[in-house]
Formats: sequence, C-alpha cells, structure tokens
Amino acid sequence: MDKPLSSHLNIEQPQDIGAYQAVGGYQGFLAALEQAPQKVQQQVKESGLKGRGGAGFATGEKWRFVPMGDDAPKQKYLICNADEMEPGTFKDRWLMEGAPHLLLEGVMIAAYAIGASQAFIFLRGEYRLCARRLQQAIDEAKQAGLLGENIRGSGFGLNILLHQSAGRYICGEETALLNALEGKRANPRAKPPFPQVVGLFGRPTIVNNCETLCNLPGILRHGVQWYQQLSDSPDAGTKIYGISGRVKKAGLWELPMGVSAGHILSLAGGMQDGRKLRGWLPGGASTDFLLPEHLELPMGFDAIAKAGSRLGTGGIIALDDGHCPVGMVLNLLQFFAQESCGWCTPCRDGLPWAVEILSRMEVGKGTQEDLDELSRLCDFMWIGKTFCALAPGAVEPLRSALKYFADDFAEHVDKGRCRYRH
Amino acid sequence: MNQSIPIRTLHESLTEAEREAVEAACSHYEQRPAAAIDALMIVQQQRGWVDDERLYALAELLGMSATELEGVATFYNHIYRQPVGRHVIHLCNSISCWLQDVGALEQHLCERLSIRMGQTSQTGQITLLPNVCLGCCDKAPAMMLDGELIMDLDKDKLDSILDKLQGEGNG
Repeated sequence: MDKPLSSHLNIEQPQDIGAYQAVGGYQGFLAALEQAPQKVQQQVKESGLKGRGGAGFATGEKWRFVPMGDDAPKQKYLICNADEMEPGTFKDRWLMEGAPHLLLEGVMIAAYAIGASQAFIFLRGEYRLCARRLQQAIDEAKQAGLLGENIRGSGFGLNILLHQSAGRYICGEETALLNALEGKRANPRAKPPFPQVVGLFGRPTIVNNCETLCNLPGILRHGVQWYQQLSDSPDAGTKIYGISGRVKKAGLWELPMGVSAGHILSLAGGMQDGRKLRGWLPGGASTDFLLPEHLELPMGFDAIAKAGSRLGTGGIIALDDGHCPVGMVLNLLQFFAQESCGWCTPCRDGLPWAVEILSRMEVGKGTQEDLDELSRLCDFMWIGKTFCALAPGAVEPLRSALKYFADDFAEHVDKGRCRYRH
Repeated sequence: MNQSIPIRTLHESLTEAEREAVEAACSHYEQRPAAAIDALMIVQQQRGWVDDERLYALAELLGMSATELEGVATFYNHIYRQPVGRHVIHLCNSISCWLQDVGALEQHLCERLSIRMGQTSQTGQITLLPNVCLGCCDKAPAMMLDGELIMDLDKDKLDSILDKLQGEGNG
C-alpha cells in the first residue's frame, strides 16, 4: 500500500532537501503554485482530509472561512500546531524528526492556499531534536529558493518561523495557542470571532495540526482520487496510528484510515505475556475508554464516536489487567488538573476536586457519596459548562471508567483498599 | 515578587548579547511582547533561571508590564523562576510511563538524590522535576535531562546516568 507520510521517513537520518526532491518532494507545492489558491482549497476540500490533531474537523472546510481575494487583509498567518502534548500521543514527533521537509511542504501548500506570507511552526519546547531538524530543513528550503520572496517567479512569498514553546498542554487549543504566540498568558479565547477571520495579532489565521499538514503534499501531487483510494473507509487517506502501554512492541504505523484497533494491537504483537487487555483509550488521554469487545471497530471518526468515544489523535493507550483502572483515571485526571489554565471555574476547581476524591479512593478511603460526587462532577464539567474543551476532555475517561469499571470503583469503596497496591 | 530589588538600568541587568538576542527575537513578530517566551529562554539559557531583576528588565525591553511577563513566565513548565541545579531532570509522569511503573523509578531517583520531587540535591548538582507526557510513549518510561530526551529507562540506566552526573560534581 502507499504510505505517503512515512515511506521516506527516516528517524536516524532524515532526508535532506536534495534527497527529498529526488523522490518527488516539493512537487506538490510547485503544483500548487501553478494554480489559483482557491483551486488548491477546492482540492483539499474534495479530498475529504480531516484534521489529525484530535477534533477531526474537515481541513478544506476550515480554510473556507478565510477572507480571500483583493479585498481580503494583506497580512494573514498559517500556523502549524506542533505542540503535541496529549498523553499517549507521539506521532507528530515521529513525523518531524523523520520527515521535516514533508511538514515544510505541507506548511507551504496551506500558506499558499489561504494567502499567508508568514507561517509559524508552534513546537513544544521539549522536542529539541525536532527543532534542530526543522530549522535545518527551513534553512535548506531558503537556500533552494523555496522560501523567501517571489518563490520560483510565482509572485508568492513565504517565511516560516520556528517557535519553541515552553511546555503547557493548553497551548494546543488553537485560540490559546494564538495568545501564547502573542506573548500573553495562554488562556483560550471566546469564539466568535473565529481565528480564520480574527486570529494572530487580529489577522486571519489558520491553525492546522502537524500530521494534517503532512497529508497535503500527496494530495497536491497525486490528486484527490488517489488520496481517496488510500482508504476504503468513510474517512480518506492514511493515518499515523500508535499504541502504548503493556503491549509487546509499542510503536507507530501508517495505515489506511479506518483499520481496526485490533489490527493495530496485532501489529504491536498483542499484549505482553501474562497481561490481558482490560480497556483502551482510542486516541489520547481525553478520549473515552472502550473495551476489548470494541477492538474490531474501525478506527475512524464516525465509528469510534458511535461507540461512545472519540478517535482523537489515534494514539491508543492500552490498560492491562496488572494496573488499576481507578489508578489510571487518577493519573489522567492529575494531568488535566495540572494543565488546566485556571480561566474558568468548573475546570479550575472541578478537576482538583475529582483528583482529591480519586486519590482518597485509591488508598481505600472513598465512600459511596464520593462515587456520586464523581458522577456529578462529570456533569458539572461537561461541554457547554466550560470555556474550552479541556475539562470535557478530562471527563471522557472519567465517565467511561465509572461506567465500564464500576465494579473496580465499588470494590475500592466496599473493601476499603485497592487490590493492585501492595 | 521581591519588592526590595534595586532599580538599575537595563544596561546593567542584561548583557549586551542577551539584549541583542531579545531584539532579534522581537523582529520576528508584529508586536514586541510576542517575543516573551524567547526572551525568557534567552536569559534562562545564560543564567539557568529567570530572577526578578532580569524579569523586570525583560518586561521593559518587551514593552509590557512586569506583572504581565510574570503571568507568562509562571504559566510554563519549563521557565524556571527559582534557581535550579547544574543539571535538571524532568521525569515523565503521564499515563504511558505510569503503565510502565515510572513510580518505582521516581522513588529510586528521590532516594539516590535524597530529595523529593521539585527539589535540588544538596550539592546543587541535580534538580528533579515532574513533566507531563514527553511524547516517548513507545519507549516509556522517559525523562528529559538538560533538554534532551532519554527513553527506555530502568534503574540500571538511571544509575549510570546519575553516576556520571555525580562524578562530575566530585571531580
């Protein structure tokens, strides 16, 4: 099968610009330059590409709201969201370390499509190897005349700036990212206005995930039909799926959109000897638990949503029978409580409250009232009651654990201990 | 923040190289405060952490209030507003590392260094801090040592890293 994202990916020594161009690299961008930006937008829309950062919003649809034409503001921005910090997710690091030019080409195509002359790669600060390799790739692209003024005589000019952040999960939320990039405390912004119209420094701005952008070169080079036949599921293209936890060989694989979770687990060699799968998060910490019986579901946006969870980032986290589900949820909620920006009350106060209850429960001091309180907190922090998606994301593993691992929670309360703790 | 810091001029608080680097960062953005993180990192790379005096100086250079800059500085896990050791370890404590029982490694680290998470060893050699998911989930447990990722950790690997760092201190 075609693996447009990873076929030339090399984690030890990524391709330099010459090697990348020798296998067709930058042909997608050069093909884009031959067309009107709106036509590039149209192709991406027709391709069916959906955002790979977790929300799954159609990329072409997102771009459609950017003002275009002569009356549009002259200054617009394209931002690559490479602030990968969703626990259990490591796909963007792999792409940036192993194929930096692929990402740059994606950034160039997206910037051209929306008419942005300045792009930023918003990279999490912990990814230093990514930073070194991306900066080298940017320098090579400048040298080759693929960045700068009037690229290849097209009249289109573009600069890419690598911005290294300093470590905060909320910066991955696109409006918080804009505040971060403006040098403000990274609280999310109210929408509307949407970033496509009023974004970075008040200018029209598109924020796309790293993996999403890496899909663009293939679409522009090989066309919409080619892209759609990569997968026979309702979602087009390929996806970098991953799995971690107590499996034999944790890792990442580029696979057609919509393969089953069971297939991904089998690529990882199954669970470690002596361990059984109890549950799994399909795409990062902020997705609902599913059970072994759900393993045959296609890992597509709709199928996973129908089962009550979200595809998220496609990075599966496997819970084995040697670890306590209550302990796992406590670890997840500690993460969200720490990373809450503190802007809205349900999130700022609700998450530490949940952590306090779960901590009590883990040491055998939880009560039935505590269990009821956890359910109430799930409601208190749900969509519509918070400013952004952070707290609802935290609720997803909590509410599903309360449902699927009810016996474990009850045992902690009834027996006053956790069977996994010595 | 400490109110008793002496008011000095920018010239004295930041080196010329630091000011030049901050100016270069400002030139990348439409507005100067956008370079806030770059500026804080420039100072931190030179001095190990960002003290009050440098924070005031940077705020003035960036055209923002010290309170605003403090709000940014304290927002991020990797900007240090307190002194740290010569080496800083950030141990990942998120879910994939938890499933690989990173807790036992944390305990081992704390015992060897005779400190709790968040503290600096008595010799001032090593600061131990937690970190959210480092994106090394396939090679968990993982940590960051002085900014570089180290994966597939176990007690032996940790010991040899600590032996090396602590050896430096005695040498």
